[in-house]
Amino acid sequence: MHLFNGSNIFLKDIPVYSEPEFRGLVIAACQNGGRLLNFFGQALAADLIRLLAIVGYDDEGKIVPYATTLSGSPASYECLTKDWFAAHLFEREIAEQWAVVPREHPWLKPLRYHENYRGVPDVWPQVMAKTIPGMYPFYKVEGEEVHEVGVGPVHAGIIEPGHFRFQCHGEQVLHLEIQLGYQHRGVESLMTSGDLRRCALLSESIAGDTVVGHSTAFCEVVESLSGCLIPARAQAIRAVGLELERVANHVGDLAALSADVGFLPPAAFFGRMRGDYLNLLLTLMGNRFGKGLCRPGGVLFDIPNDMAAELIRELKVCQKEFEDVSELLFTRPSVLARFEELGVISSESAFKYGLVGPAGRASQLARDIRTDYASGIWQFYHIPVSLAATGDVYGRALVRRQEVLRSLDFLIRILSALPEGMIFVQPGPMKKDAMALSLVEGWRGELMHIAITDWKGDWARYKIKDPSFHNWTALAMSMRGEEISDFPLCNKSFNLSYAGHDL
Amino acid sequence: MLLLKSIVLQWLYVGLMAPFLCGVIIKTKALVVGRVGPPLFQPFYDLLKLTRKQNVYSQTTTFIFRCAPVVVLSSLLILSLFIPLISQPAPIRFAGDILMFVYLLGIGRFFLIASSFDTGFSFAGMGASREAFFSCFTEVAFFMNLIILALLAQSISLSQMIGASTPLSWPLFGPALILVVSSLFLILLAENGRIPVDDPATHLELTMIHEVMILDYSGRDLAAMLYGAMLKFLIFAGILVPLLVPVRLGQAFPDLLVFTAGLIAIAVLVGIIESIMARLRLNRVRHLLLAAFALAFFGFIVTLWSRL
Repeated sequence: MHLFNGSNIFLKDIPVYSEPEFRGLVIAACQNGGRLLNFFGQALAADLIRLLAIVGYDDEGKIVPYATTLSGSPASYECLTKDWFAAHLFEREIAEQWAVVPREHPWLKPLRYHENYRGVPDVWPQVMAKTIPGMYPFYKVEGEEVHEVGVGPVHAGIIEPGHFRFQCHGEQVLHLEIQLGYQHRGVESLMTSGDLRRCALLSESIAGDTVVGHSTAFCEVVESLSGCLIPARAQAIRAVGLELERVANHVGDLAALSADVGFLPPAAFFGRMRGDYLNLLLTLMGNRFGKGLCRPGGVLFDIPNDMAAELIRELKVCQKEFEDVSELLFTRPSVLARFEELGVISSESAFKYGLVGPAGRASQLARDIRTDYASGIWQFYHIPVSLAATGDVYGRALVRRQEVLRSLDFLIRILSALPEGMIFVQPGPMKKDAMALSLVEGWRGELMHIAITDWKGDWARYKIKDPSFHNWTALAMSMRGEEISDFPLCNKSFNLSYAGHDL
Repeated sequence: MLLLKSIVLQWLYVGLMAPFLCGVIIKTKALVVGRVGPPLFQPFYDLLKLTRKQNVYSQTTTFIFRCAPVVVLSSLLILSLFIPLISQPAPIRFAGDILMFVYLLGIGRFFLIASSFDTGFSFAGMGASREAFFSCFTEVAFFMNLIILALLAQSISLSQMIGASTPLSWPLFGPALILVVSSLFLILLAENGRIPVDDPATHLELTMIHEVMILDYSGRDLAAMLYGAMLKFLIFAGILVPLLVPVRLGQAFPDLLVFTAGLIAIAVLVGIIESIMARLRLNRVRHLLLAAFALAFFGFIVTLWSRL
């Protein structure tokens, strides 16, 4: 019994196992070609919690759900992290949201510092009583020559809030712990309370730079539950939005990487080009960040033939400019000296941490939802997966460069052959007591939305996972042994979302 | 009276040139990447703006933090009086003034470092330790260069060494002078926190050296610190120009014009370097500084050799 990207299942069809059996099955699945796509809880009754683990098989594109139920107070289960490291943030999230204790979790502390959704005593009563920032347990290195550097949550640049605690020996970083949660807005619970029109707007605000990605995932979930097949033209236009978003953000990242090493020309040129791509989105649908493009049932803006021709013409200019400027950045020895061998994540480590997106592909993890779990237009169009072998800042920059070129290529291809037809169909009522899931390759990597409906067809649980959720750990680990002055560069090479993590 | 007049004139000149050179660098960087950039006189406006603002002090700071801007700025203002403006000897000159010169630089640096420790701010502490570490290299290299110049000019006064009415002859001392000038240029980049050593334009606290040490200053104190940094650039450029431009017209005004043109040329060069290369990784900076020392050291050997 398995699912595919964008499909749905009745809750009664999800196999429910006993807790030890569930644990064994999930771990066995992960160790045999699968990986943990999502792991979350849902309250069924006052003291009954359902845990759902979603395991994906990248090679086959199939998705298998596992479920177990927990009760007792406080409810607890044996943690998966011991055997499958990539589960550790999911388990901290479950512990925080549902006051369920993952026994023997190696570093059990709150993730976003909010009270649990059940209204029972929290796992950490002493921590939850204080508001951020407070005294939380941080991993500490002791010794005369060790010093601690705390950065944030207020930063010098225009970035989101997060706290970084470095344990340093001189300039060398021994350990970095990242504490987020400052952007927690309660998106998941807001999603379950609102009507669909409101949810569509909410989904566009999960992470301000992944608007098309998250809203596409949201729409696919709703369409799946309401059995609505959207027209091919709408799917193609969504893909155009998604790829424009990817290109704009990757180009912006390359600009930021260049600025961080103090190399001005590409920073200035790429910075301007990012604006060009955002302006293409503006041409397409009147918003530079893609807000208002995707709605359940299709898209709200069509691309007329003359606009498509205009977009293609501008994209070709952008393509040429991008090639020239990236040549400038990637051939400068002083830039390469900064990028290479910095923040290395080996292929094995990347697998262990469960990296996704460009950061994972830079460490040779060929994970790309557009290829592995193709749905919508991606079943007909193929973008080659861009890989790098080095796993360092250079690798992550190189993957971005490749992806920009390939996405531009795809955009020109699809804009010159847009499927004919409508762009919107009205979705019907939603299935009752069902679960739908959607995976989208956002520009940061795999993002996932899961919706569970109750017996009336209303939302019972809405689960969002931003790619950053997988990748933050890797950023912390990549800094070990590096110089603290290289952190901003390493951070920029991952460029993870705070809002997407904090929800 | 004559001394007073020359001091006032010198201060007037360096006081106005220092922010202008800073403006030249910023403008050059902007033009190279195709931007318009701020006006050339923007640093003046910025300094004026800051002087009208209030000083804000954190509660952890002591009097050290408050007196550092005064010491830094005044030490650099005094230093600027040691700089001969081509064929016009410096207002303050005496045998052995090079020692005074180097130690006045040291006092300014000491107070800058002390003030950043005074903030109790972990970034400032890191910046201070970087500054202290790198200055170990630059000071030695700087001394080495001064020794070479002293040997070549047969004098231990800065005015004689670089500002004599007959300049150090390039045909005669060419090899040694090339090494000295390159070494001094690297020292100029390092001492003034320019790329490839430090990035004056960055906002990333973890990577800064000079900027992070003055991060806690505001208002007039910040203006003093920034003005001090501009003066320091002028002082180092002012040592290089008389060596690089062996033109002495013998008249005060044309010589001053030549000197000014030289200063602007150095500012433009620094601006171009900042635009065409990335900053070094911090643990590689010492290699660059060692290179500055090595250049000076070979200059020393060449000088000794030629005098045998």
